[in-house]
Amino acid sequence: MRKDSVSYTMAVAAGVCVVCSLVVSTAAITLRPLQLRNAELDMKRNILVAAGLMELRERVDVETLFEQIETRVVDLRSGRLIEGIDQEMVGASQYATPLPDDQDPARIRRRPDYQVVYLRETNGRLDRLILPVRGRGLWGTMYGLIALDRDLNTIKSLVFYEHSETPGLGGEVDAPWWRNQWQGKEAFDEKGRVRIEVVRGAVPPGDPDAEHKVDGISGATFTARGVSKLVRFWLGDLGYGPFLEYMKEKLSEPLGEDNGANES
Amino acid sequence: MTKPGKVLLEPIFDNNAIMAQVLGICSALAVTTRLETTITMCFAVIFVLTCSNMAVAAIRNFVPSSIRMVVQMTIIASLVIVVDQFLQAYAYNISQELSVFVGLIITNCIIMGRAEGFAMKNGVPLSFLDGLGNGVGYSVVLLAVGTVRELFGSGSLLGYPILTLTRDAGWYEANGLMLLAPSAFFIIGLLIWLLRTWKPEQIEEE
Repeated sequence: MRKDSVSYTMAVAAGVCVVCSLVVSTAAITLRPLQLRNAELDMKRNILVAAGLMELRERVDVETLFEQIETRVVDLRSGRLIEGIDQEMVGASQYATPLPDDQDPARIRRRPDYQVVYLRETNGRLDRLILPVRGRGLWGTMYGLIALDRDLNTIKSLVFYEHSETPGLGGEVDAPWWRNQWQGKEAFDEKGRVRIEVVRGAVPPGDPDAEHKVDGISGATFTARGVSKLVRFWLGDLGYGPFLEYMKEKLSEPLGEDNGANES
Repeated sequence: MTKPGKVLLEPIFDNNAIMAQVLGICSALAVTTRLETTITMCFAVIFVLTCSNMAVAAIRNFVPSSIRMVVQMTIIASLVIVVDQFLQAYAYNISQELSVFVGLIITNCIIMGRAEGFAMKNGVPLSFLDGLGNGVGYSVVLLAVGTVRELFGSGSLLGYPILTLTRDAGWYEANGLMLLAPSAFFIIGLLIWLLRTWKPEQIEEE
């Protein structure tokens, strides 16, 4: 066969492809379990960061710290914590409510019926409530965790752990300077409506609603709008709204009684 | 006949890919803010460069010249994916941080340049040495840049505090410029200056 003939060229190309794909798939398959373990640890680390138990880069024993966090499942339709649910049902596509476009500001299309939430308690009292959130940014879905204080109104942190926003612009959603702004903001007004939003530019000094407003990121209007919409959606009626109502009622009951967060 | 020793050592100072040929600058800017990521990147590039050089040299006589670049690209891309998988398994945090830059090793001009410029014309052992030499040459520059940037930008080396920062009630005010990409240009420029003072034969004729 001549070296510059079409069939020889094709054969060499095919050969190279087969060898390379074997190498790549062997590496991918054999390393998969370790990678999944890493991803799980990383998720736990993010939850701990959102809970205020560790700094992002701190080297700590994640598993030990994570024992302080209680993982629960919420039925988002009723807003109740539920027990004994099969892990497979959480996030599975058959247990999800399709969202029509006009009710889907975060562009997630389907809202799961069962959602994992994380609780951190100190001395039997709810201290932090950590809610996973997600929604569309400019390039893709952003995944984050929003941590609420025990009043279920004050935001303690908003951490995005996975996104594909432009580095340096929208990618700043995970930068400390932007994340820190969320601390102490109030999600709801006194009537219980979701008010938190990301504004364009900086929040003007003396703004009466400053406690509900977060500075935008310059050059990242779409990302900021996406964050705004997803936070509002998840804290709203179709998201964790009913669950937060239920928790508030439970928490306002006197201590000593079963306060919802404590039942196990 | 090229001498093996020369093939290995020449790319480190005499014909350094970054300092003499000014290749591979983009990753030299991107990953050098902290020494830890820099070191990881150096090993990744040395591995990919050495392996791709050997693989290309091994099959150089069978590859039709019309598709040789595609074949080189495929080999390099596969190696980069393997490196990325390994990092995700054994150095998850670093892989998150390097994320896109590991993928961009594929387009690192040094690797493509050595495959096309050296490995296509030489045997496997020499190509191995050439890959190693160029990889080390790249690493020398990256490590120098990374050391300066982390030391003066964050006051630490490999995460350990060396200069006490003013925010920790120390005396050293961190130089924010060092954390931005332009500082790597300045440092590489200074390195090239130093190198050319040491080896004046590298200065081009006017």
